[in-house]
Order: sequence, then structure tokens, then C-alpha cells
Amino acid sequence: MRRGLFAALLIGAAALAGCSEGVLDPKGPIAAADREILFNSLAIMLAIVVPTILATIGVAYWFRSSNRYARYRPDFTYSGRLELLVWSIPAMTVLLVGGVAWIGAHDLDPRKPIDSNVDPVRVQVVSLDWKWLFIYPDQGIASVNHLTVPVGTPVSFELTSSGVMNSFFVPQLGSQIYTMAGMVTRLHLQADHEGTYRGLSANYSGEGFADMRFTVDAVPPEAFAQWIDGARGAGPMLDAGTYAALAKPSSAVAPFTYRSVAPDLFNGILGSAMHMHGSAGHAHSTAQRAEK
Amino acid sequence: MNIAVALSDVPPELAASEAGPAPKRVVVAYGFWIFLLSDIVMFATLFAAYAVLARATDGGPNGVQLFSQTSVAVETACLLASSYTCGLMSLAVKSRRHLGTYFGAFVTFALGLAFLALELREFADMIVRGDGPQRSAFLSAFFTLVGCHGLHVTAGLVWLVVMMVQVVLRGFHPTVQRRLACFSLFWHALDIVWVWLFTVVYLMGVRA
Amino acid sequence: MNLLGKLSWDAIPLDQPIIMGATAFMVLVIVAVLSFITFKGYWAPLWRDWITSVDHKRIGVMYILLALVMLLRGFSDAIMMRAQQAVAVGGAQGYLPPEHFDQIFSAHGTIMIFFMAMPFVIGVINVVVPLQLGVRDVAFPTLNSVSFWLTASGALLINISLAVGEFAKTGWVAYPPLSELQFSPGVGVDYYLWSLQISGIGTLLSGINFVTTILKLRAPGMGYMRMPVFCWTALATSLLIVAAFPVLTATFAMLLLDRYLGFHFFSVDGGGNAMMYVNLFWVWGHPEVYILVLPAFGIYSEVVATFSGKPLFGYRSMVAATMAICVLSFLVWLHHFFTMGGSADVNGFFGVMTMIIAVPTGVKVFNWLFTMYGGRVRFTVPMLWSIGFMITFVVGGMTGVLMAVPPADFQVHNSLFLVAHFHNTIIGGVVFGLMAGYNYWFPKVFGFRLDERWGKASFWCWFTGFYLAFMPLYAVGLMGMTRRLQHYDNPAWQPWLMVAALGAVVILAGVACQAIQLVVSVRARRQLRDTTGNPWGGRTLEWFTPSPPPAWNFAVLPSVGRFARRTPAKETQDYKAIEMPNNSPIGVITAFFAVVTGFALIWHIWWMAGLGLLGAFVTLLAFAFRRQEEIEVPAVELARFDRAHPAEVMP
Repeated sequence: MRRGLFAALLIGAAALAGCSEGVLDPKGPIAAADREILFNSLAIMLAIVVPTILATIGVAYWFRSSNRYARYRPDFTYSGRLELLVWSIPAMTVLLVGGVAWIGAHDLDPRKPIDSNVDPVRVQVVSLDWKWLFIYPDQGIASVNHLTVPVGTPVSFELTSSGVMNSFFVPQLGSQIYTMAGMVTRLHLQADHEGTYRGLSANYSGEGFADMRFTVDAVPPEAFAQWIDGARGAGPMLDAGTYAALAKPSSAVAPFTYRSVAPDLFNGILGSAMHMHGSAGHAHSTAQRAEK
Repeated sequence: MNIAVALSDVPPELAASEAGPAPKRVVVAYGFWIFLLSDIVMFATLFAAYAVLARATDGGPNGVQLFSQTSVAVETACLLASSYTCGLMSLAVKSRRHLGTYFGAFVTFALGLAFLALELREFADMIVRGDGPQRSAFLSAFFTLVGCHGLHVTAGLVWLVVMMVQVVLRGFHPTVQRRLACFSLFWHALDIVWVWLFTVVYLMGVRA
Repeated sequence: MNLLGKLSWDAIPLDQPIIMGATAFMVLVIVAVLSFITFKGYWAPLWRDWITSVDHKRIGVMYILLALVMLLRGFSDAIMMRAQQAVAVGGAQGYLPPEHFDQIFSAHGTIMIFFMAMPFVIGVINVVVPLQLGVRDVAFPTLNSVSFWLTASGALLINISLAVGEFAKTGWVAYPPLSELQFSPGVGVDYYLWSLQISGIGTLLSGINFVTTILKLRAPGMGYMRMPVFCWTALATSLLIVAAFPVLTATFAMLLLDRYLGFHFFSVDGGGNAMMYVNLFWVWGHPEVYILVLPAFGIYSEVVATFSGKPLFGYRSMVAATMAICVLSFLVWLHHFFTMGGSADVNGFFGVMTMIIAVPTGVKVFNWLFTMYGGRVRFTVPMLWSIGFMITFVVGGMTGVLMAVPPADFQVHNSLFLVAHFHNTIIGGVVFGLMAGYNYWFPKVFGFRLDERWGKASFWCWFTGFYLAFMPLYAVGLMGMTRRLQHYDNPAWQPWLMVAALGAVVILAGVACQAIQLVVSVRARRQLRDTTGNPWGGRTLEWFTPSPPPAWNFAVLPSVGRFARRTPAKETQDYKAIEMPNNSPIGVITAFFAVVTGFALIWHIWWMAGLGLLGAFVTLLAFAFRRQEEIEVPAVELARFDRAHPAEVMP
């Protein structure tokens, strides 16, 4: 009965999530592979969990004290064979799922580049309080709260944070990864279908966290080139000064682009996080030293 | 504090694990052992933090530039010797000799105090030079790890004084004896921690 | 130089109607309770029989009372969050602004883990373990009282934060750099850290106490392999406390040094490493999960065996599984952050280790199943909770193993799927177990049973409410909703969150039924009285002493036979006088100074912190120099009590 409810919910969830932009509706190879692993593991475990739930209900019901037909066996407290079975069933299940986990961890390692004959697009991601900065180092432009990628092309991300930890996550494209100040994480994603996808921070980072969303536009390669050209023609320049202004806490910032980016800005952000020492890099870095 | 039960009530053929409640002396020492284990886990955490941050000098000085081998060697000698005299004190307690107990306690206290003084001088020198715990993550971890041990030594010294007052007032009452036994466990555990600390921080730090 | 540090009238959020309303309510309740006690003249007995008591049963009851009160506090936070997320969609901001919502989810997690689940678990261990071991008290009864009062101090501090100042806005894990002074300059994180440091010391002392009790104080003949499974799980939990809590203490100490003295352990600058905090936090945090759930497993083992009318199936397997979980729990912490970008080998290793820990857990479920097999199952309230647990927990375990697969975790990490998972294990595992234990041992402690009808109503409300509240969260998690969102823009999530809010209301009905159950049972205590000492037909030693047991539990220590556990030898009429530990106010006085010191440190009132520490030290000295540690109970009194309360003798 409960199982039925759960199954119905799962199916319902799958159905609803299927048409509404969740991780069950992948739009790229990484998300598709993640989903397949999720389903495979779920299937392996349901094969044991469902019978266990049914057996629990069945045994409890049959051996109810009012049932005259059930045989009372108060001495049934040990059985070597059953013990073997009891240890081996979960062990076998875990062996299977463990294999899935080990292989999956290697196949879908976020650092692993995606096999493709198309050259990847490089994007450097910086999480700020509370918005996302996307730098396209090869194109020399940057955008805020808005990521445009060409369809069918691997995107190679390098990610860091200006301060607080966040997690870069586009559910329909796949694996999320943390952004941490002073450290670089790497992630490879690809969109196979045109469309607009939701992106978000999946690690709580303070007051403006709920608005730390961005949109991902997956467009044909030609449109991507046009977008780059368009971005180069307009918007402010991103250098140390404008970055410092951008890094001040603000939330629900409307997307915009920078027409040029100072070379090596990303590494500068990375380095400044490591040797900040009371610099004006962050708006509330004032109270560094507590009174003694 | 625990429930005292005479062991003679128990038939002799029972296995040790079935002999019934242990006498209070055993229970107290055992409980204190468990506490020491937990304390060692706390030190292990600080050691781990130190190992992670040992190279995070943020442009500041590292161990080679900071640590004075001679001072640390004297500190170590003081602490190891105090462990020995603490052992002598325990023997005196066991044979209920007042004078030996006071003497052992006094020497232990003096050596512990000397250790603490040397350590504080080392800390003060570093802070005056601007290499205090706020300078870098490495120094934060160093001051915390070594300072935590120093705090334990301080607590041990206070404890020792209180125990001597108790010996004066109550003699070798079983309660006092149990507490002195716990104290010596504590003091030896601090010695063991210091040996690790000396190895990890000072010996390995200078080599790196 | 400000004598009050950072404290001023601005610290009281007079402009926040919700907070002030809650505060006013709390103050009213406290005033009402205090006046009731004064009016009835209950202060003296309260002080003598409870506050200064070192009796493990009374301390256990106080722990459980604290847990139930904190359950109400944490649960009201939960209701507020569910209500907020049910309405705050699109442009709507709901009724809670971010700075308030962020405090609520942080307080909810902190209170539920540290001040609801922990005290409840330790309370049940306190009440039951010495009785099951057949001894008169724990190894260090006075220390036990100190432990309880320190836990209560932490709980008090965290509740003061509601009215004076603010609570942390960092989530209950308080990850730096967000929890560093640079990003959280308020006193919220300090409230979090100091209240957990103080209660953490209490918990650690409890752990030490119970390891010593279980390993060194057992009735004659009670070898390790004759201990009830609950004692084994209590031992495993205590060992985990001893090994894990010092890590938390050290980690919080480092964060405190960062915040108070400008150290650089986890800071963004100075070479600090925030991920070290995350690692160390979960080195404590994952064992903590088992600290909570293992005793619950122990409770199920006792309940299922008793109400199936059979001994537990596969006792040795159960013990082995318990100890295996105890060891393995230290090898899985990294699964809390597969997404930090560790190497595939590291992720794979911790994923597989996490699954291995599911094996002994699975074994336990099968053993409970085989315990019912061939039994005569009585569907009493504790048994309903246990069966409800077996059904619910396997689902939670399954989703847990699912998230141990790194690529699957990459997609659901930090999502509401995760929130659903850990509520599935903690409510379905820990809370259900504690409720089973509460109903099971209540007659032992108070001498009368709890009302069955309201108990069953409560179970069904909790059970249905749980599914209604958390199954939708699995769904929205898969739809990409992350946790801790004060508002969101995806309207497709809203229907699910409304169902979840409804579920929370159904659970609220369950909580209400429990309150009614208690009131109804107290009023009908004559009809519900347990005169036998063994109302359920249990086989462990606690059922072979009267209900409620005398302060000394057993006038003559029971001796445990080789095959069956025999009853205390009632025929031995030659009672001997016994020594019982004396009452002591040191626990409550230490707690008072702990609160003073903690509050002073939170608000940077240095002179007060110094006075508090000095007070605690003087208390300790006074305790060290006290003369009378024990009082003697004469043999005549023991014999008189036993004649008046004949406990059942097992055939």
C-alpha cells in the first residue's frame, strides 16, 4: 500500500519532472549519463527494497497474534543459512551498485574533457555575492547572470569564487560543482539541444542566495558567433576597477555583458583571494580583526 | 561516586567479563582513560589542521626561520624529566610517604613551570616580531596546536596544586589516591602528545 | 570601553512581529510554569528530586523533557519554512524576509539535531542502560548531572538568540567562509558556536560515562554476549561520541579563533583553507548520524522482540552489524561533498565505502523481519512505530545509497531530494525509534502505560504526514530545486511544496495527539497502572524490577544465567545496606556559569566571561573538597520496599 504510494509518487515525479526542466529531462550528454546512472542504481535497489517492504507487511500481518493459522515458533532465533542469506543479499546489491558508483565516478569525473571533434569553448566562472560572472577568455568578453553556449560543442569550465562558496549547477546539462575562493574547479558540459535552461547556485551563500540564478542559452554555433560579436560591440569593460565594483554584494542583477576583459583577470581574482589581507576587494572585509 | 560492590559476592568460576561491577578504583581510572582518548582525538584534529596548513605561510616565515632548536630541546627535557618525577611521586603515594609525595610534586611542578615559561617566551618573541597567529594560516595552526598543549600543561599545574592541598587536608584518602592516579595518567598523556608535537612540528618543520 | 560589549537595546528585534510574538509566547509559558511551581510550593521537591538529582532515571527523564520541548521549537520552525515555500513563488516574497528565513532553517537544523535528537537519544540511554545492565547507576552519576545541565545550557543559549540578537544565517553546518566574521559579522554564528561548544562538552562527558558504565559495570554474569542489543547500540553510540565529538570541538574552536582573534584557519585570506572545515565537520557529522540512529536500532530490536513474543533473531549478527557500522561510519564523510571537485578515485572510494555501510544496516532490517517470523505480533503503539520504521527507513536508505553514487549525487546534491533523504532516515529512523522507545519504557519510568488510542492516532498522523511532507520533496529535488531557497521562480514546484506544507500540518496533528495522549494518560493513570513491573512481557532486566524502580534499581544485584536471563534472586532475604550517590547541585551551578560565560563571550562582555569562568572553577573546587559523596540505604528499607512492590519473577 505504502509502496504503491511511493511508486505512484515516483512515477508522478518522473512524469512531471519530465516536462518541467529537472534533472530527469537532460539536454546534454553529461546530464543524460547522470540520469542513466541514477535510474540504473534505483532499479537495482528497488529489486530488493520492494520485496523487503512487502515481506515486512506480509510477515507482520500473517503472524499477528490473533491469527490462529500462524505457527508460533518462539525458538526460531538462529539459522546459519538465513544468516548467510541475510548478509549476502545486501552485499550483492552493494557489489552491483558499488560497481556502478566506481565506474560512474571515473566516467563522469567533472574534470574529464568530453570526447568530441569540435574544439571546446572555454568559460571561466566566478561566483560573486550574489551573481555569476562568466568570462570567455578566448573571445575576450564576459557576461553576468547569463551564459550563452553553442549547441553540440563541449564547454570547458574553470570555476572559482570571490569569497563565499557556491555551487554552479545547470540541472538539464548535468553535474554541479563547487566554486571556492582561492581554488579552481573544472567541469565539462555540453548542450545537445537548443533552448533556454535554468542555472542556479546549489550551495547556500547568504542573504541574496535565492536570486542567484542565471539563464543558459544553448544556440546554434552561428548564433553563438553573432552573440559574441554583439557583445563585443556594447557594454562596459571588465578590469580590476569594474570588477571591484561588480564584486560588491547585490542580488537579482539583470543580465548584461562586458565588451572586453582585462587579460588574466581570472587568475588575478584567484590570487587576490589568496592574498587579500584587508584589501578593499570585498565590501564587508572591514571587520577582519576582532577587538581583543 | 559509582556503585561499590564487593567482589566477594561473585562466584569464582565466572569469566572476567561476567564478574559483575568493577571496583571504584578501576572504574575511575578507566573512565579517565576514555577521557584521555577523547582528548587525544582532539589533538589529532589539531595535528591534522597543522599538517594541512603547514605550507600555507602566505608569504610569511616558515618553521625553518622561526623555530629555535635549543629552546625546544630544553623544553622537551623539562617535560620528560617532569614525567619521571611524576612517576616518583606516584610511587611515594603508593607507599603513603608524605615527604616523597610533596617533593615529587614540587619538582614536577617546577619543571612544568619551566617548560611553560620557555614556551611562553618563544610565543612572545614570535608575536613581538610580527609573526603572531594572525600572520598566516601556518602560524594560526602552530599557535593553536602548541598553545593547546600549553593550556593542558597549565591545567595540569593547577590540578597538581589542588591535589597537594588535598593531600595536606585529607591525607591519602582513597578519593585523593584515585585523583592522583588520574593526574599521573594525564601528565604522561601530555608527555606523549608533546613527543608527537616535537616530532611533527619542530623536527619535521625544520627539515622541510 | 563599553561594559556591555556589543550588547545594547538594538539587539532585541522589536520591529519583527513574528519574532516578538514567539518571544512573548515563550516568556508567558515560562512565567506560567514558574508561577505554577511557586503557587503549588513545588520548588523544594523540584530542587531535591530533580534539579540536583544524580539518579540516572530522573536525569534521563529531564533529557527527554528537554528534547520534547525543543521538538516543539524546531517543529514550529519547520512549519514556518514549509508555509514560506508554499507561497513564495514568482514575484512573491512570502511572509519571511531572507534574513529571517535564513535564521529559521539554521535554527531548525541545529535545534533538531543537537537539542532534540541528541538529548532524546541520551535520555533514553540514561533511563534504560543501567536497568538493562542490572546495576544501580552509571559509572559517574554526578558527572551525568553535569552533562545534562550543560546540554540544557546550550539549549537555553540558542533560545535566548531568538529574543536577544540573532541566530546564525549560515545553515546548520555553518560552512566558512560564510561563517567567518568577514561575511557574518553579527552574533548569530557566535550563538551557534558557543551553544554547541557548551552542549558538546556535556555530550562528550555522557559518552565517556556510558562507555565506562557498559564496559565496567554490569550485573554478575552479564557477559558481553548477554547484553541486550540496546546496550550494544548504546555502547557503539558512546564510542562514536568519544571519538567524534572532540573533532567537532576542535573544529569549532578553530572557527572561534578565526572569528575572535583573527586567526586564518578557514579564512579567504592568509592562506586559510575553508574546505578543511568542511572535511572536519563531516568527520564528526557522519558518525553523528549513527550516534543518533544506532540507539534507535537498539530500541527497535527490543520492541520487535518483545511484541513478537520471541527473542531477537540473529543476536550475534545484530551485534556484529552494530559494531561494523560503528567503525565504518568514520570512513564515509566525503560523500557529503562529492561536488568539491575531488579526484574520481577519491569519490569512487568514498561512494563504495558508503554503500558498504548499508550492508550491516540491511542485515538488521532482515533480522527484525525474521524476528517477527514465527512470532505472535501484537500491534501495540511501539510496534506500530517499529513497523512504520522498517517500511520507511528502507526507502530512505535506498535514496541514501543512490546519492552515494557520485554522478547521481552531482545531480541531486544540496537539492530538496537530499533534504527528503535525510528527513526520511532521521524521522523514519531516529524519531520513529524514539517514539517507540517513549511508549515502550514510559510505564517502566512512571508506573503507568500511555493511552493506546491516542498513541495510535499519533502514529498514523506522523506516518501519513511524513509521506505527504517528504515524498513531494524528492520530486521537486529531481526537478532541480535546491535547498534553503527563500523564494523561487519556477511555478511548477509550487503544487508539490503545497502538498509538503499540508504534510507538515498532518505531522502537527500527530504532535498534538501525542500531547493529548500524555494528558489523557496522566488523568487515567489509575486504570493504566502497571503493577507487575513487566507490562509487555519483556525479557530484559529492566522488566524485573518494579515500575517505577526504586532509586537503587535492584535491592540485590541480579545475576545473569548462562542461557536465559534469570530474575533477581528474590529468595535471598539477607539484604545488605548499599551506598547510593548523594544529590549534588554542581551540575546546575556549572550550567549557570556556562550560560553566563557563553552569553558574555557572544556579546564580547569580557569581564563577565572572566567572572563566569572563575565561578565555574570555584564550583569545581568546592566539588573536589566536598566530604560526603554517598549516603547509605539501610537493609531494612530495601526489604520494606521489596515487600511492598513484588516484581514479577520469570518462570
